[in-house]
Amino acid sequence: MSEQPNIKVTIDNITIEVAPGTTILEAARQIGGEVAPPTMCYYSKLKGSGGKCRTCLVEVNKGSEKDPRPMPKLVASCRTGVMDGMEVKSMTSEKVIDARKGVTEFLLLNHPLDCPVCDQAGECHLQDLSYENGAATTRYEYDRRTFEPEDIGPHIQLHMNRCIMCFRCVFTADQLTETREHGILDRGDHAKISTCISKALDNDFIGNVIDVCPVGALTDKTFRFKNRVWFTKPVDAHRNCSNPKCCGEARLWMRGEEVYRVTARKDEWGEVATASNGQTGWICDECRFEKKQTSDWTIEGPTKVNRHSVIAQGHYQGKVGTATQPILIDEVIGKRPKLTLDIHKVSEVNKPEIHLSEIEGPAHSDDFK
Amino acid sequence: MQLTKRAAAVDRSPMTLGERIYIPAIAKGLKITLGHIFKKKATVSYPEEKRPFSPVFRGLHVLNRDEQGRENCTACGLCALACPAEAITMEAAERKKGEEHLYREEKYAAKYEINMLRCIFCGNCEEACPKDAIYMSETVMPSNYTRDYFIYKKQDMLITDEQLAKRNATGKG
Repeated sequence: MSEQPNIKVTIDNITIEVAPGTTILEAARQIGGEVAPPTMCYYSKLKGSGGKCRTCLVEVNKGSEKDPRPMPKLVASCRTGVMDGMEVKSMTSEKVIDARKGVTEFLLLNHPLDCPVCDQAGECHLQDLSYENGAATTRYEYDRRTFEPEDIGPHIQLHMNRCIMCFRCVFTADQLTETREHGILDRGDHAKISTCISKALDNDFIGNVIDVCPVGALTDKTFRFKNRVWFTKPVDAHRNCSNPKCCGEARLWMRGEEVYRVTARKDEWGEVATASNGQTGWICDECRFEKKQTSDWTIEGPTKVNRHSVIAQGHYQGKVGTATQPILIDEVIGKRPKLTLDIHKVSEVNKPEIHLSEIEGPAHSDDFK
Repeated sequence: MQLTKRAAAVDRSPMTLGERIYIPAIAKGLKITLGHIFKKKATVSYPEEKRPFSPVFRGLHVLNRDEQGRENCTACGLCALACPAEAITMEAAERKKGEEHLYREEKYAAKYEINMLRCIFCGNCEEACPKDAIYMSETVMPSNYTRDYFIYKKQDMLITDEQLAKRNATGKG
């Protein structure tokens, strides 16, 4: 492979040289920005993923230098390799934009409209996709497909109704853990993710299915309903994890001094980022579910959040907890203002002695007694 | 320097006899004053008489319940996100078995507070709500001597059973 020269591919009139064997999607991601088609099932860190959701369809209007005929249909860019001299249209093609809209409509056919309840809201790829490519209404006239709620263990919450069948979690379990205990059962419209005999998933790395899930089908039960994603502040932190496969580099989602949730670090494509040791930064379940104290972690600093993301709404500076406001009131009136109301004396929300992050699962009515 | 063409020069010419004898000017002024006695009053005697609210008036918040009396709010946090004054805070909880008659969905606001000292009554919360849960009523914010009165809890804003029964009976309110 190494002797082969790089090949040229043009995507949306931007030419780039890539190694042979690269897919169109990977080439487009090397260009970056809006040229890269959206993906729901493809995950560059998982072998064999992709080719299922059809969101990454692109138009190839010149096959290669040797065979310049255009490809007859739109192709899935995650599964199509580039050829020398290939010309691809992604966001400049009206056919592609239309196809994305259609695919989004298909993905949303059975997706419940429960974003207000869903813990993934704010970092959901389907939300982003439908915001950018979707229609405002549905043409579907039938009842949405529903499943009986199923308990798949103490740490992971499965909402089968929200699943879009991307198979990412199945690949994650296959490739990361020793044994895979869940998979896809049934076929077609009835297909679902399940553990077959409701057997709890207790592998060291199974928590990574939460990060991999593009929708809210698999969410963190220890974070369930505790807070909305955009009210927590992401902080990069690391710890010396005893598990040799775990990189120990994670993202803490904090509120004040409380760690509400621990996830892997994500890159700009929403995938788990490469850790400093050069491997994919999967984190083990111990780091993810059990280390919910600030003292467990060495905090590196706040995560850089894209300013268009809703998560950037709680803008903050410096290391969490270290920023101090300048005291100017002395110069203005020469004395401390008299505090007429301590909010914690009246308010029942955010009580300093109640730590939601330390409750095992979601809070219930008796937790607020 | 002339900035606009509307500027008028001050008339500094000496007063005429009519102006100097003063009486006609007083009579003219009194005529206007007395004329107002017969005109419609611009004020109302407030507590007894109240002006109708504009249809877009934004008053005190109300937390809505559905026909079966279940709370609509799912603590999605969009009102708090939309709030420019950061007056809204909440804590969510999961609905347990046996609480289905209280809350419409599996998640609900266990605590919901609006700090009326911060609220600017802009109505963004009402607009952001995807669940028809928060509305701004036609009630003027009452005044009080202490500040702690203005931290409105969920129970202070939730529509009451009587209001619910009235709405179910009349289709209004």
